[in-house]
Amino acid sequence: MKPRTLYDKLWDSHVVREEPDGTALLYIDRHLVHEVTSPQAFEGLRLAHRPLWRTDANLATADHNVPTTDRSQGIADPVSRLQVETLDSNCAEFRITEFGMSDPRQGIVHVIGPEQGATLPGMTVVCGDSHTSTHGAFGALAHGIGTSEVEHVLATQCLIQKKSRSMLIVVDGPVGPGVTAKDIVLAIIGRIGTAGGTGYALEFSGQAIRDLSIEGRMTVCNMAIEAGARSGFIAVDDKTIEYVKGRPFAPRPEYWDQAVAYWQTLHSDDGAEFDEVVRIPAAEIQPQVTWGTSPEMVVPVGERVPDPDRETDPVRAQGMRRALQYMGLEAGTPIAQISLDKVFIGSCTNSRIEDLRAAAQVARGRKVAGNIRQALVVPGSGLVKAQAEQEGLDKIFIEAGFEWREPGCSMCLAMNADRLEPGERCASTSNRNFEGRQGQGGRTHLVSPAMAAAAAIAGHFVDVRDIV
Amino acid sequence: MQKFETFSGIVCPLDRSNVDTDAIIPKQFLKSIKRTGFGPNLFDDWRYLDRGEPGMDNSRRPINPDFVLNDPRYAGASILLTRENFGCGSSREHAPWALADYGFRVIIAPSYADIFFNNSFKNGLLPIVLDAATVDRLFERATGGQALRLTVDLAAQQIQPAGDAPIGFDVDAFRKHCLLNGLDDIGLTLQHVDDIKAYEARRRVEAPWLFQ
Repeated sequence: MKPRTLYDKLWDSHVVREEPDGTALLYIDRHLVHEVTSPQAFEGLRLAHRPLWRTDANLATADHNVPTTDRSQGIADPVSRLQVETLDSNCAEFRITEFGMSDPRQGIVHVIGPEQGATLPGMTVVCGDSHTSTHGAFGALAHGIGTSEVEHVLATQCLIQKKSRSMLIVVDGPVGPGVTAKDIVLAIIGRIGTAGGTGYALEFSGQAIRDLSIEGRMTVCNMAIEAGARSGFIAVDDKTIEYVKGRPFAPRPEYWDQAVAYWQTLHSDDGAEFDEVVRIPAAEIQPQVTWGTSPEMVVPVGERVPDPDRETDPVRAQGMRRALQYMGLEAGTPIAQISLDKVFIGSCTNSRIEDLRAAAQVARGRKVAGNIRQALVVPGSGLVKAQAEQEGLDKIFIEAGFEWREPGCSMCLAMNADRLEPGERCASTSNRNFEGRQGQGGRTHLVSPAMAAAAAIAGHFVDVRDIV
Repeated sequence: MQKFETFSGIVCPLDRSNVDTDAIIPKQFLKSIKRTGFGPNLFDDWRYLDRGEPGMDNSRRPINPDFVLNDPRYAGASILLTRENFGCGSSREHAPWALADYGFRVIIAPSYADIFFNNSFKNGLLPIVLDAATVDRLFERATGGQALRLTVDLAAQQIQPAGDAPIGFDVDAFRKHCLLNGLDDIGLTLQHVDDIKAYEARRRVEAPWLFQ
């Protein structure tokens, strides 16, 4: 048999039928649902009198709109409140399991899926959210969809798809000390560009990827979409299987051995061919900081803001000038001299327990700088929050001057009350530095959790390796 | 979905690359539970000078005269001309909803983000890919003293700039068929209920833990 890529295996095992032109009906094993992109889909089902195809494939939670402060009074904003209540009523009507706002298991949809074992190796996983690529860390085929496709999955358990091209990204060798999953993926995006993965399914491999924990792998796959790829994934290994074991939605004991035997086949075969291969030496990767308004506008912390006059492509140079103007930065400024107003540690990229531990390690016994108006730590789920509190991380953050919040998407996209004001500059562990993403006129710099904590302490960017 | 028929329209040139869906429709408008009404908030941060919130009377807000959508030359435009990687970022279908609600029916760019590209077809919005040099030429014409008018013929897969030679474009045959006939994807898929059930029956044996 011809050697197959992991993508081939995931794709082949989910094709329900295929037309001669390659248009396929692809079966979806897991559908994650949240409040923002689902109301119109449920409404569509009702209008067409269509039933839900398969109740148990769906899992829902409210995350984008929820307040991260005291929830005993509910949501103050009536528009946000209606959206969350609409999710509650839709899940009740269609009998979908939902972790509502008061459930201790509530959290960011891409944190709770893996946490519950609802994301498993070999699955197809979709959600009306582009960061669904996160779940690829388990050797799953996972990608974001629009609301029409949310409705399509609810009604048919399938999607109409065409196979993407395949790209293998090999991060060779080990990374240096203090270099994290976030730095790896930002360096990859800096290398291939924000559209470099468009039309491709990305497989991440190489020693630096294998060395990562499952949570680190989730950070890498999470940002596949920032490289333009809808999905990014990593082969299954012992770490993957160990992580899944014992979680609430994991295979029952009678199926466990059968599942593991299958999962162990979920890697690209020797000799499998990819449409594109990119190799990046891990040793060259430094802690990264974005300077512009696209995740590809990224440099190592020791460097300077780049100069558009040295860019030969006129469209790119124009984009750089616009970004510098929006960001209020001058070409040539050392990254370490960029002073900050706010710090955000959280989001589906970096809000898991290991992220909080890494930030707490930097914050321990130190104080947030006087020029930082607000430093937020927002755990990814109620269970992450409880775990962190059990380990005393909340006290470390609070003593250092950080605010310790309730779980949700929060200032990653500022749909709730957590946001930047015009002109405010933020070191953020989230995934997008687009104009206005964290609040109209806000200026976002993407970094790892340890780099964000270090920036909070220093009041400006600093190489975390110099202070730990 | 409405059938996509041949039409002529004015081209609005948005000379930016990497326009993301946060810019197309900012997050505060995603709190709506409806599919309609997003047009007045299309490109809200660029289009108005104040901070937009749901429920505002948009007709009374201060507009940004420098933004191309507010240029009187492009009033009533139904074709958006833009640069590479249009629609990157968030998967929000509110982006094509906002573009369509404003009145756009066609987008022309050298490339698009995958999810946005896919979402557009499901809302009767045709994203046309043309090479960068052709897009450059269209920008030259569209930004001249007079607005550029184009005829878009999906059946023939060509656009015809007024007083100029037609330009052909590629489109996936299945998507073209769906747009021309106004077909609903779910209706098409439900013609294959037996195939889906057969697949599930097979998987219940192969991978029973997925159905526990």
